[in-house]
Amino acid sequence: MKAVILGATKGMGRSLARAMAARGDELFLLGRDVADLERSAADLAADGARPAGVARADLEDPSTFGAALDSAEATLGGIDTVVVTAALFTTQDKLEADPALCARLLTVDFTNTVLFCEEARKRLLARGGGTLCVFSSVAGERGRKPIFLYGAAKAGLSSYLEGLDHRFSGEGLRVVTVKPGFVRTASTHGLKEPPFAGNPDDVAKRVLGAMDRGAPVVYAPAAWGPIMATIRALPRAVMRRVAF
Amino acid sequence: MTTDKLAGWGRIFQPGREKLSEDLASLTKGAVLCRGLGRSYGDSALPPADRPVVATTTLADRILDFDPETGRLRGEAGVSIAQLNRRLLPRGFFVPVTPGTQYVTLGGAVAADVHGKNHHVAGCFGEHVSRMKMRVASGDIVTTSADENVDLHRATIGGMGLTGHILEVEVAMQKIRSPWISQHTRRVDDIDEYIDGLKDAAGKYPFTMGWIDCLTQGKHMGRGILMAGDWADPSEAPKRYPKPLPTLPMPFELPSFVLGPLSIKAFNFAYYWKHLPRTMSGITHWQTFFYPLDMISDWNRMYGPRGFTQYQCVLPDSSGPGAARRVLSVLTKLGGASFLCVIKDCGPEGRGMLSFPTKGISIALDIPVRDDTQALVDALNEKVLEEGGRIYLAKDSYTRPEHFRAMEPRLDAFMEVRRKWDPETRIRSAQSVRLFGDRDTSPREAAPRRPSGNTTTQASAR
Repeated sequence: MKAVILGATKGMGRSLARAMAARGDELFLLGRDVADLERSAADLAADGARPAGVARADLEDPSTFGAALDSAEATLGGIDTVVVTAALFTTQDKLEADPALCARLLTVDFTNTVLFCEEARKRLLARGGGTLCVFSSVAGERGRKPIFLYGAAKAGLSSYLEGLDHRFSGEGLRVVTVKPGFVRTASTHGLKEPPFAGNPDDVAKRVLGAMDRGAPVVYAPAAWGPIMATIRALPRAVMRRVAF
Repeated sequence: MTTDKLAGWGRIFQPGREKLSEDLASLTKGAVLCRGLGRSYGDSALPPADRPVVATTTLADRILDFDPETGRLRGEAGVSIAQLNRRLLPRGFFVPVTPGTQYVTLGGAVAADVHGKNHHVAGCFGEHVSRMKMRVASGDIVTTSADENVDLHRATIGGMGLTGHILEVEVAMQKIRSPWISQHTRRVDDIDEYIDGLKDAAGKYPFTMGWIDCLTQGKHMGRGILMAGDWADPSEAPKRYPKPLPTLPMPFELPSFVLGPLSIKAFNFAYYWKHLPRTMSGITHWQTFFYPLDMISDWNRMYGPRGFTQYQCVLPDSSGPGAARRVLSVLTKLGGASFLCVIKDCGPEGRGMLSFPTKGISIALDIPVRDDTQALVDALNEKVLEEGGRIYLAKDSYTRPEHFRAMEPRLDAFMEVRRKWDPETRIRSAQSVRLFGDRDTSPREAAPRRPSGNTTTQASAR
């Protein structure tokens, strides 16, 4: 693969980038902090691959998207895969208490991520197709009491990605929507862990398999698939009474 | 208010919680202590009671630079030896020193100045560290090496994280001739034969170690299995690469009564006689040779809810022959039981100011925690003191401050360097409070003051 990754410096993105580099994919890294990107690029090269190129792209600033993707295309000589793992995450309490933070999170995780994906999919389609792999969340499946603000942004994102798949799969665009359940990263550290919590490296393995197959939706860990199917089926009267 | 608990590998829990971030530089600002993968057995990676938060480095795990010509590697402090094995062994490189578990970070390997089966030829981990980047108590980020901030460099190696927060480590990886191990093992009849065998093997093999049965009293005390090895010659090694072996989970604790003197005696008997031929040789997987205990993840749960303590001491050559037997007699006389007793011959003392090994014999014991554990450790320490030896801080939870001070004439020099770089003792651990009486003396850390002076607000504030 010739892949651009937005979010490779941290968390699940770091694990996924490592898994891709280890099997020989050519990578280009995008993010806010170029020095940090270069450290990640150096780390990915420790397995013996050539160091990845880097460029600045900030999900809070859509004006950076175009130039960053241009840079990636020029360096890699065309891209066939775009991966987005970057997002803002914080707890429902903090979002309810701080409207400015809430606006920021909703904008980054929905509007700007969609705008980035638009840039990405246009470039992929111009080259006859490719894979767009974007990390949404199980939080977007249903408006749930403890997480519905973050969940709303992810719900919007998931819907957009589904529409993208319906419209462009015939033109060679493979949209992979990743819906992680609870995964142990710096973002979730300190939160009460539910059953079936996952680790970033296991998630990465699962996602890589899904990308190779072009699976439209992948839950990671896998248990979250059946769990969310159950939750989706619960009547409103029940959802009003449960704690989750 | 936190009800979170932290423990060392011995699973003796204290209040404390971890903070994690990929950004180690930010995470260490104002931190009281760093923690890696938590494999030290006692309280060296536990925070002091008055500031129960540690900066855990494990997410800062990037390799920043690796030169395959020289083997020089620079990594963030949270890089683990397990990661280095997974990524660099296929390229023909291994760490110059590895302890008995691969789940230690670079920062932890330096802070404990870990040693391994090759100590008699390669010394400790710190011998191979050329440079470090650290955040010291003042908040500054400094570089240490043999030329820069030399006192800090030497105090940090083996300094149990008390001299500053390690951010990056530069270490010389070793080129190896094949990724397989050629191993030779021998069954020995008693401790004297064991120690003689160890010294003999040391002249022939870079890796030597062994396990002994320390519970059997009398003539057969210390019968055991001696192991030696080297990286296999390519001509005798299999052509395929030794892929990582699966680990078995240990998902629950065993009740305390399971591992006691009788069951441990039975295990020792079976393990010794499993090695029926007097000597055995063969090609072995690196994971089996270096990391047998890692094969069972969370094996420390076998010791049950009370946990266990490791007792490790080194008896210098100057203590004379029979020193190991004398120390082990203390254990058996008091009815102590050790599941694993590992004996290693050590090379000369390293450059770390508080580095544990010295030329002599190291004995490591696992002791399940019972009501008499403090008394047992006291008795062992008194005997070790008599023999002119000392204990390993990375294993310790029970040593009394006066015993440690008596064992360590090097302590004053170490504390002087600490005072220079951290005059207000902003960096301390549960262990340093216990052993050195550390107290934070910086003015801003005096009794918490709230601007309103309203006690209700103080109580309800998080």
